[in-house]
Amino acid sequence: MENSYYNPKDLKKFAEIGEWDKALADKFFAWYGDVFADGALTAREKSLIALAVAHTVQCPYCIDAYASDCLQKGVSNEGMMEAIHVAAAIRGGSSLVHGVQMMNKVNKLSM
Amino acid sequence: MKSLHAQNKPLAEPAEQLAILAGAPFLEGQLPTFQNQLQSIGQWPLTPKKLEIFQVNLGYMCNQVCQHCHVDAGPDRKEIMTRQTMQACLEAMARSGAHTLDLTGGAPEMNPDFRWFVEEAAKIGVNDFIVRCNLTIVVANKKYNDLPQFFARHQVHVVSSLPYYEVQRTDRQRGEGVFHKSIEALRMLNAEGYGMPGSPLKLDLVYNPSGAFLPNNQQGLEADFKAALFRDYGIHFHQLFAITNMPISRYLEYLLASDNYEDYMDTLVRAFNPAAVENVMCRNTVSVGWDGRIFDCDFNQMLQLPCSTKAKHVEQLSPEDWNNRSIVVASHCYGCTAGSGSSCQGTLTNA
Ligand code: SF4
Ligand code: SF4
Repeated sequence: MENSYYNPKDLKKFAEIGEWDKALADKFFAWYGDVFADGALTAREKSLIALAVAHTVQCPYCIDAYASDCLQKGVSNEGMMEAIHVAAAIRGGSSLVHGVQMMNKVNKLSM
Repeated sequence: MKSLHAQNKPLAEPAEQLAILAGAPFLEGQLPTFQNQLQSIGQWPLTPKKLEIFQVNLGYMCNQVCQHCHVDAGPDRKEIMTRQTMQACLEAMARSGAHTLDLTGGAPEMNPDFRWFVEEAAKIGVNDFIVRCNLTIVVANKKYNDLPQFFARHQVHVVSSLPYYEVQRTDRQRGEGVFHKSIEALRMLNAEGYGMPGSPLKLDLVYNPSGAFLPNNQQGLEADFKAALFRDYGIHFHQLFAITNMPISRYLEYLLASDNYEDYMDTLVRAFNPAAVENVMCRNTVSVGWDGRIFDCDFNQMLQLPCSTKAKHVEQLSPEDWNNRSIVVASHCYGCTAGSGSSCQGTLTNA
C-alpha cells in the first residue's frame, strides 16, 4: 500500500479506471470532453470554473490539472486568484448565511 | 544573467543535452522514442518535401538572455556569420529555388554585416523576407533606433517574440524591463506602418509559454493578444504564432532545475499528433549555422546533429542532395508534433 493517499503520478493514470469498467468510463470521459468544449461559455471560462470548484472540493488532482490548464489557456495569475476567491467567498458565505437559520431557531426558543 | 556557455555549465554541451534526451524515460521504455513513434505511423525515416525556406542563423550574440532560449544566446556569445558565408547563403538560395529567407540568431541585427546582407538579399527578390527581431534591440542602442525604417525600406517581414501581454510573465521569461521596451519598439514599428490593419508591412508576434506547459489554441491566443495590446497600449499586429518550447539548452536546464523535465516530456509525448508530422519545418527548410554548416532545423543546429547529406556546408548545398536525405530526429522532435504542432511559422495543423 502507498504511504500517502495522494500521488501526483496517479493523475496520469486516471484513464485506467476504464480497466475495471470500460463502458462507464467511456461514457464519463466522452461526457467530460464535451462539457469542457467551447459552447455558450468558452473553454477558458469553463477551465476557470473548474479551478474554482477544484478548490471547493479540495481535490489536489483537479487543482494540478486546472492550474496547468488555466496557464495554458492564457489566464493571468490574478485571474486564477480571483476565481478561487469566488469559490472561497461562496464557501464562507454559505456557512454564514446559515446564521439566519441559527437565529430563527434561537428566536423561536427564546422568550 | 549569463549564457550556459559563459558559466561553463555541462548543459552548454550538445552532447550532454543529447544524452539527457536519450536517457530515462525513453531509455527505460516508459515513453516511446520519436523514431518508434514515426515507425508506428509509417513515417520512418522522415523525408523532406520541396525546399521552400532558408533559415539563416547570423550568430548567437544577443542583447537578451532569455530563460527559455534554445540557442543559449547572449551578449557573451561571439559566434557570428561572416560576409563571405552570407554571400554563399545567397548563392545557395538562388540555386535552390526556395522562396522564403528567414534570418534568425541571437539578435541577427547585432551582426555587423546584417544591413549589408538584407540589402543584398532584397536585390535577389525573395518572396517572403523574414527577420526575427526580439524588439528590445530596436531600443537597446541609438544605432538600432532606425531599424523600423530600415526594415520598411526593404519590405522585411518582422516576426517578434512577446510571450505574454502583461509585464510579469514576460519579464520573468525574457528579463527585467523587457516588456516595456518591447512595447516601445512595437509602437515604433506601428508608427512606420508595421502591423497596422491592411498594411503590407507585416508584423507578426510569437507566443511561447512562460513555463513548463504547452501553448493553447493559436487563434484564441491571437484574439486575446490583439484585444489586450490594443486596449492597454494601442498596439496593432497581424498574426500570432504559438510556438512550443523545445527541451534544448536553457529551456532544458530550466526543466531539469525545476523538476519538470519528465512531466514535460510526458506531456509532449501524450500530445503527439500524427497530422503535425506532415508539416514539421525540417521538411521544407534548410537551417544554416553561423559558420555555414547546414542542418535539418535550428534545433538540430543547436544540438550539433549533422544532417545526413553528403554536403555539410552551404557552399556545397545542392537541391538534389538535400531533397534526398533522411531527417535526423531525437526526442526533442516531440516539441514539433505536440497538439496542433509547432514551427517557426506557428502551429502546423488547424486542430
Ligand atoms: S530567445 Fe531570442 S531574444 Fe531571447 S536570448 Fe534567445 S535569441 Fe535572444
Ligand atoms: S526538431 Fe527539427 S528535425 Fe525534429 S521534427 Fe522538429 S524540425 Fe524536424
